[in-house]
Amino acid sequence: MVSTRSRKASDTEASHGIPADTLRGIYLRMAQTRGFEEAAARLFTEGKVHGTAHFCIGEEATGIAVCAALKPEDRITATHRGHGQSIGKGMRLDLMMAEFLGKETGYCKGRGGCMHIADFAAGSLGANGIVGGGIPIAVGAALSQRLQGSPNITACFFGDGATSTGSFHESVNLASVWKLPVLFVCVNNLYAMSTPLRKQANIADLALRGQAYGIRSVSMDGNDAIGIYLAAREAREHVRVNGPMLLVLNTYRHMGHSKSDANVYRSKQEIEEWKKRCPLRRMRERLVSEGTFTEKELDAIDAQALADVEEAVRFAESSPSPRIDEAARDVYA
Amino acid sequence: MHSHGRRGRPRPGTAERPTREITYAEAIREALCEEMRADPRVFLLGEDIGVYGGAFGVTKGMFQEFGEERVRDTPLSEHAITGAAAGAAMTGMRPVVEIMFSDFLTIALEQLANQAAKARYQFGGQVSVPMVLRTAGGSGTGAAEQHSQSLEAWVCHVPGLKVVIPSTPYDAKGLLKSSIEDPNPVVFIEQKLLYRQKGPVPDPAEEYTIPLGVADVKRIGRDLTIVTYGRMVPRCLEAAGKLSEDGIDAEVIDIRTLVPLDSSCIIESVKKSGRAMIVHEACQTAGFGAEIAAVIAASDAFFHLDAPIRRVAGLDVPIPYNPVLEASVVPTIEKIMAAAKDLLR
Repeated sequence: MVSTRSRKASDTEASHGIPADTLRGIYLRMAQTRGFEEAAARLFTEGKVHGTAHFCIGEEATGIAVCAALKPEDRITATHRGHGQSIGKGMRLDLMMAEFLGKETGYCKGRGGCMHIADFAAGSLGANGIVGGGIPIAVGAALSQRLQGSPNITACFFGDGATSTGSFHESVNLASVWKLPVLFVCVNNLYAMSTPLRKQANIADLALRGQAYGIRSVSMDGNDAIGIYLAAREAREHVRVNGPMLLVLNTYRHMGHSKSDANVYRSKQEIEEWKKRCPLRRMRERLVSEGTFTEKELDAIDAQALADVEEAVRFAESSPSPRIDEAARDVYA
Repeated sequence: MHSHGRRGRPRPGTAERPTREITYAEAIREALCEEMRADPRVFLLGEDIGVYGGAFGVTKGMFQEFGEERVRDTPLSEHAITGAAAGAAMTGMRPVVEIMFSDFLTIALEQLANQAAKARYQFGGQVSVPMVLRTAGGSGTGAAEQHSQSLEAWVCHVPGLKVVIPSTPYDAKGLLKSSIEDPNPVVFIEQKLLYRQKGPVPDPAEEYTIPLGVADVKRIGRDLTIVTYGRMVPRCLEAAGKLSEDGIDAEVIDIRTLVPLDSSCIIESVKKSGRAMIVHEACQTAGFGAEIAAVIAASDAFFHLDAPIRRVAGLDVPIPYNPVLEASVVPTIEKIMAAAKDLLR
């Protein structure tokens, strides 16, 4: 399968000069993402959700830790499995949950749902329902940054499935030719819906797909939040100075592709193996073993995350739906 | 600067200034240059638009004036350059993309229809996408099936896009300036066979724009309303001139923008004439003429109709290579005149 040229533990030891506040923020946002999606799944079961959702449970370290390495002025484009990317970029749980429930108070006033959630003020140019569809948008945002003389970058999230789209290949090539400040982040969860990586690509390491366009490309453990944070911080600097880079984060989704997925294409054993590598548990164990936080302190962060989520659910459930007579609003500016 | 609408607009050349004639391609270039000089956010991207000057010469010389950062040659990646334009437009720039042939809209369509057109709506009005996609449409150059199509109906069917097809140098300049200044994605379909056609355009010092969504009555008449656009406009005007020799006085409406459509101009004309004919080069089935016919039929102009609404459109075939075949599959002057006479029988 995928060769993970993962960073050695020694690269990231001592939580490595990372301020405790940053580590706390990463852990909190991962816990919020987990809690958000578990609450969303519960709302599904209760019949309160119209539509679908794509959960990133098991992949939280990717979106959260990469975004933690970005500046607030940096931009991202997110994927259909983008709750962690959005929360990582600083989006609010209440406005996200309201959008998930299709409410007027949601980020997109209930028009887009969580597959199209965006917060331009926070620098999120939107999740995307088209696999690979956001990649050229990110290139364009980075082109703006270049033309406007901005020192900021754009991080572009997509999955392993997207690396087989023409959109990926055209966009990475264009960004490379123009040396634009784009950090391409491939969240490789090993399956494009049901299709395993070995049936998607005749290469083991997706980083090769970036190397083909002459950009630095690195593949690494996608469940190690601290390792990802350090790599992304370095990658941000590389991108700002030298132009685009591809960071492949090898991870796994614990849940199905969407709500209708019966998981017939992978074994229970495989799923259980990956659950042992849960990114939240790994970060917790590491923070405790290195003495950054105590179990009790982390329990308190978990509790805060859950309280934040419950507050978001309350806000969303009590919010009004959009008005039918405003269905045609905002088609044109 | 003034904005010319339909009624009472001063025709170029009627001012004190001497009439200046420039080509349709030059008029488009003037619009691009004026917008780029006035607004540093405006830039161009497309294939061979730099030192080559564009496949049809529209951007000739612009690379020298504005440099490679603002007149950006791209790889052959219609999908990525259209999406990059959308992304740049969402983040403070005003890109103008050139897609060499309108047939390549098929490659750009995912980014145009799923991304650019929907961004504002699906994000709840958070963002606008002020981009223009310029492209060259139409047959008549012997470029055969994959370089000759008229695909305007495809893009008219996507809410969120505006669609413009100018027929004269004057309209091309004024409409392109409005398109660049518009906060929405605009598909601006130029006509290959009109690029070298000359027409009066005011001196650059006399700046003007033409608002989107305003049709232009290119010929006033009382017996019959011909609704058309693009390169069929001069053809319909020629047909109307010949029809007048037979005592038929046709009104010719150039809709200029397909989305938004100036329905009231069409409806008022048909109420006056009682007869409606729609002419376009694109093939007939599900063509934009069907929309115009429906607008007329669903309005109170219906009660003024003395004959069924008539469409004269391209045949439902790909555009063939052979010049005789090629000319035969789009509306000819003879077909237009025959249909008009039939309508007035």
